[in-house]
Amino acid sequence: MSIDLILKVAGIGLLVGICAIILNEAGKKEQAQMVTIAGVVVVLYLVIQGISDLFVLVKSVFNLY
Amino acid sequence: MEIAQVIGLAIIVTVLGAVLKQIKPEIAIQLSILAGVTIFLLIMDKIRLVVDLLQKLANQADISSYYLFIVLKIVGVAYLAELGGQICRDAGENALATKVEIAAKVFVVILAIPIIAAIMESMMKLLA
Repeated sequence: MSIDLILKVAGIGLLVGICAIILNEAGKKEQAQMVTIAGVVVVLYLVIQGISDLFVLVKSVFNLY
Repeated sequence: MEIAQVIGLAIIVTVLGAVLKQIKPEIAIQLSILAGVTIFLLIMDKIRLVVDLLQKLANQADISSYYLFIVLKIVGVAYLAELGGQICRDAGENALATKVEIAAKVFVVILAIPIIAAIMESMMKLLA
């Protein structure tokens, strides 16, 4: 869990944005939306893993539960 | 110098977020969430040291660790609620952030019930 995860997310964001723009220009609006949704889901997967790491650590540090 | 790491990370995320916000705002929000989580993870290792120190001090002073654990739990709940509330506020969901904070306050009061009861009991003993 460090800077490379953040760079990964930023890269995915840029890639998805560019893909969506290109597909939009090519007149494929639905596919551009699909790419956007897929990007959001992939990034959400990464973010949720990070949040779960944090929650486990906070629970163990502060003796929660 | 861990603080330099945190500041560098924050600046990089700010710049990347400014670019991403124009292209894909929904991924920019997730990027800022991830940055916040990363910074919290960096801090948590340090907080563990402080908590260990507090426990050692409490043991030396013969304070019941039961009450120390309650205080630690309250601090943990407050940390998590702050994180969640700020994420909601970042994404423009002010109402949700306020509700998260209200829920955190309720849970803190519930956690503090044993301490309040103990204070009441000792006050009754003093008065009687």
